Amino acid sequence: MGIRTVESSVETASLPKLAPHVRLSFDPTRDRHVLLCPETIVALNTTSAAILQLCDGRRTVAEIVAELQERYEQVAADEVHTFLARIAAKHYVEITDG
Amino acid sequence: MDRPFGLLAELTYRCPLSCAYCSNPVNLTGYSDELTTMEWQRVMAEAQELGVLQLHLSGGEPLLRPDLVELVDTARQLGLYTNLVTSALGLSRRRAEELRAAGLDHVQVSVQADEQATSDRIAGTPSFKRKIDGCQLVKELGWPLTVNVVLHRQNIDRIDAVLRLAEELGADRIELANTQYYGWAWRNRDALLPSRAQLEQAEPVVSAARRRLAGRMDVIYVLPDYYSRYPKPCMGGWAKRQFTVAPNGDVLPCPAAQTLPLPRESVREESLAWIWTRSPLFQSFRGTDWMPQPCQSCDRREIDFGGCRCQAFLLTGDPARTDPVCHLSPDHHIVADAVRAANEDPAPTELTLIPRPHQVR
Repeated sequence: MGIRTVESSVETASLPKLAPHVRLSFDPTRDRHVLLCPETIVALNTTSAAILQLCDGRRTVAEIVAELQERYEQVAADEVHTFLARIAAKHYVEITDG
Repeated sequence: MDRPFGLLAELTYRCPLSCAYCSNPVNLTGYSDELTTMEWQRVMAEAQELGVLQLHLSGGEPLLRPDLVELVDTARQLGLYTNLVTSALGLSRRRAEELRAAGLDHVQVSVQADEQATSDRIAGTPSFKRKIDGCQLVKELGWPLTVNVVLHRQNIDRIDAVLRLAEELGADRIELANTQYYGWAWRNRDALLPSRAQLEQAEPVVSAARRRLAGRMDVIYVLPDYYSRYPKPCMGGWAKRQFTVAPNGDVLPCPAAQTLPLPRESVREESLAWIWTRSPLFQSFRGTDWMPQPCQSCDRREIDFGGCRCQAFLLTGDPARTDPVCHLSPDHHIVADAVRAANEDPAPTELTLIPRPHQVR
């Protein structure tokens, strides 16, 4: 089991989790979720925050998609994959093989 | 008006190191009357109320504050992301475990080079071994680690070994930031400013390391602004994203702004909210109305905000001028002359650094 490099795609069996230097938080002043990092802050929309809340290193991407589809009507699996690949490239999440 | 995201809390200017590029004020008179624990706790609560999400606990050496654990505890209760910026001197196992338990999110350790002799020479004191021990302790306790290396003429040629050291230490991030020329670094500028040849050698080393370490370690590399066409967007804009509180409670839009001829503001006299939104100090260079030409009509005025006010003041005597780093600045020759000298001077290590005197009490 190893951490993928940025070139890899996100597989349905992959296990994403927040990188150790990143914390998911709610910003009460601006009324939105944020990713807090040592030198940056990433503002999140509702869907992004919902995805990241499920990235605990135990759920697979397929399970995350299924849970989101229960909660929201329109969640496309490929959009979740794209989002995770993009955010993994920035090292906000780490993706290990399932 | 924008609300701040980050607070740089300079808890003390006392420090066991005496780096020749120290960014603390040159004149430390008046900073020994440090804010008390309760005053810092009030500052953090006011900052959180104002919108702050990130707290950088810095100095000097923040570990010299006996109340550091208590301050981290308060910050975490307020929901702030806490980042300790340290030399790692004074990071005992007991202290580290207490900070971990209090919820400190992230540790940034400064290292001056990849090996003991150079690192100790630049830090002005034997410290390399303790720094490495500190980094290993940080990783052992499961913290994310950033290794921070200030780059300059005397260590930039070792950048490959520095990257490998950070990799061996298991760092999550490395910040390779070229010196910014204020304070003591300004005094030592000729001995610190790298040559163009040195930068050209460093660039491919950094690019190769980024490819090699992708997904494992983030490599942040900051060029010296003297070699840039455009100035840095200093602090992401004056009084726009973050502010600094000095050890004595002075509040500043950037950590070097105490050099500017502007009125002083202190958390001992006013609320942070008033200082951020209303004080003349914070209003003076906010937005774009204050800008001179060529900034006023420049397409980049919302990108680099006219550059750094402290650098403009240091180089021209007027903080409202365009940062002379910009090739469009009428004062650019000042920077061009320094760059020219850096490319004529003797070999990199022949110039002597003037260490900053120790102040540990």
